[in-house]
Amino acid sequence: MDISLSGLLRRHGLIVAFLVFLAGVALNADAFLTAGNILDVLRQVSITGMMALGVTFVVLTGRLDLSVGSLLTLLTVIVVDQHNSAGPFAAIVMTLGAGLAIGAFNGILVGFIGLNALIVTLAMLSFLQGLVLFYSGGSNVNIANAQDTWFAVFGRGDFLGIPVPVILFLLGALVAGLVLQFTTLGRRIYGVGGNETASIFSGIDARWTVFWTYVISGFTTGVAAIIMGSRVMGAQNTIGQGYELTVLAGVILGGTSLLGGSGSVWRTVLGISMLGFIQNGLLLLGFAYYVQWLVTWAVIIIAVWIDLGAKRGRIFA
Amino acid sequence: MSHASSPMRTGSALHIALSWLLRNHIWVFLALTVLVFSLASPYFLTLNNMGNLLTQGAFIGILAIGMTLVMIDGEIDLSVGAILALASALAIGLQDHMGVWPAVILGLLSGAALGFVNGTLVALSGMHSFVVTLGGLIGIRGLVFVYSGENALMVQDFSYTEIPEVYLGPVSLTAMIFLALALFFQWVLSSTRHGRETYAVGDNIEAAHDSGINVKRHKIINFTLCGTLAAVCGILLSMRLGTAEPNAGKIWELWTIIAVVLGGTRLQGGYGSLWMTIGGVLTLAVLRNGLRLLNTPNYVELMVMGAVLVLALALDKLLNHREGS
Repeated sequence: MDISLSGLLRRHGLIVAFLVFLAGVALNADAFLTAGNILDVLRQVSITGMMALGVTFVVLTGRLDLSVGSLLTLLTVIVVDQHNSAGPFAAIVMTLGAGLAIGAFNGILVGFIGLNALIVTLAMLSFLQGLVLFYSGGSNVNIANAQDTWFAVFGRGDFLGIPVPVILFLLGALVAGLVLQFTTLGRRIYGVGGNETASIFSGIDARWTVFWTYVISGFTTGVAAIIMGSRVMGAQNTIGQGYELTVLAGVILGGTSLLGGSGSVWRTVLGISMLGFIQNGLLLLGFAYYVQWLVTWAVIIIAVWIDLGAKRGRIFA
Repeated sequence: MSHASSPMRTGSALHIALSWLLRNHIWVFLALTVLVFSLASPYFLTLNNMGNLLTQGAFIGILAIGMTLVMIDGEIDLSVGAILALASALAIGLQDHMGVWPAVILGLLSGAALGFVNGTLVALSGMHSFVVTLGGLIGIRGLVFVYSGENALMVQDFSYTEIPEVYLGPVSLTAMIFLALALFFQWVLSSTRHGRETYAVGDNIEAAHDSGINVKRHKIINFTLCGTLAAVCGILLSMRLGTAEPNAGKIWELWTIIAVVLGGTRLQGGYGSLWMTIGGVLTLAVLRNGLRLLNTPNYVELMVMGAVLVLALALDKLLNHREGS
C-alpha cells in the first residue's frame, strides 16, 4: 500500500540499514564483498547460526534457552572424546543423543512442570559446565588422528566450492523454516507464543509444544557441536562460554520478539549473519577486535527500537 | 497489592512466625546447609571462616541488592558484570593521573551513568530490559577493552589495596559495606515512597501509572541505583585484587540472578525483599565455601548450584500454589 521511502524504512528498516552498512564497508575495503570473504563470514557464523535456529523455536513460544552455550561445550567435548574411543560415527550418534536428552530435560522442567524458563536454563548452564569438568577431568581433549578422519568434513570440508558447515547451516535453516511454516507443530508454536491461554482453549497442548522446542534446541546445538569439534579438532572446557548470549543477540537482532509469537527463521539467519558481517567488516576496516562489541550494542538497541516503534506506530513508549 | 510488607491476618505468634518462614524459606535452607557443613567440616563454623564467607559473598551480594530493586520492578539487568569491570578499570587506570579518590569517584559515576543509560533506554523505548541490558553486556565489555586494551591494569601504589583491610572482629569492611547497603535498601523498600512504588510498578504497571506514579522516572532511578551498586562492587574488587582485568565479573550477572531468585524474589516482579536476597547470597556463599572446605572438585559446586536453583524454584512454585488455593 505504501511504497514511499518512509514506508519502506518502517517495514524493512533493518535490511536497508544493513545494506547501507555493507555498501559503506565495501567502498572502503576491496576484499569485503568478494565471494571468498562472504563464504568465510558464513563459515564463521555457521556454528552460532545452527544454535540460533533451535533457540528461535524456543523464543517463538515466549521462552528462553540460556543453556545452549554450556551444552555446546559439553557436546563438543563428548564428540571429540568419543571420536577417539568409539569412532566418528558412534561419536556423532552419542552427541546428538545427549543433545536431545538434555533438551528434553529442559523441556520437561519448563513445559510440563511449568518452571520459569530463564532460571531453569540458567541452572542448566551451571550444571552442564560442572558436567563438562566432571567428564573431561579439567583437561583439554584433542582428536588423535586429525589428518585422516572423515569426521573433518563437517567443519573443514568443501562441497562444490561451498564450505560444508555453511551448507549444513543453510539446509538446517530451510528445514526449520519449513517446519515452522507448514507443520502443525510450527503453527502451534506461533499459537502458544502469541497467546498461550487462547491456544490452550483451542485445544493445543502447550506443554508438549514447549517441550518439543527445547528438544529441537538441544538437537541443533548437537549439530553445532559436531561442526565445532570437526573444525577445531579438539575441545577446551570453556569453548562455548558466552555463546548463549551471542546466539540470543542474533535472534533478537533479526527481530524475533522475546515475548513470543512473532519472528521467523529467515530473520534469525539475517540477524546472525549481520553480527558476522559487522565483525568482519570492522576488522577489514582496521578496527580493533572489540570495537565490534560497541557497534553490536548500538545495532541491537537501534534495530529493536525501530522494529518496536514501527509496530507501535510511534517512537517513544 | 500483595507484597512482603503487607499486614497479615491477626493470629498467634506461631502463625506469624510460620508464615514468615514460609515466605522466607531460604533462611530455613540456609540454616540447614550451615548445620550440614558444620557437622561435615571442623573448619567451617569458626569465626575466621564465617568472616571469610561474608567477604566472599559480599561482591555478588552488592550486585544482588541492585538486581533485587530492578527485579521487584519486573525488570532485569544483565549488564552489571560489565559495569563492574569498567568501574574497576577506571578506578585503577586513572589513579596515577588524578589521585586515588577522584579515580574512585569517576568509577562510581561511570556505573551510575551506564545504569542511567540502561534505565532511560528501557523507559523511553518500551523495549524489554532483557534486550537493552543484553546489548549493554556486550557493548560495555567492549568499552572496558577499548579503555584497558586487553591488558590487566595494576595499581602502582599498593596502599590502595590496604583500604578495605579494616576489620570489626572477623567482619571485613567489604562485608560491612554489603550489609549496611542491604539494610539501607531494605529500609528504602519497606518504609519509603520509592520502595512502595517499586512494588506497585512491579505488581501492576498500568495501575501504578493510573494512580499517578511516574513509572518512567521510577525505573530510571532503579536502573541507576543498580549500575551504581555494580560500580561499588567493581571498586571493592579492584581494592581487593590490586588489578583490574578486562574480563573481570564475566557471567557474574548470572550468579547474581541465581542469588536473588534463590532468595525468593520473583522475576515477574512485585514480590521480594532484601531479607530474601541476603538469605540467597549467604546460601550461595555457604555452598561455595563449604564445598571447597570439604575439598570437593570444582564441578560438584557447579552441579550442586544448578540442582539447588531448580529445587528452590520448584519449592517456591509449590508453596505459592498452596498459598493461592
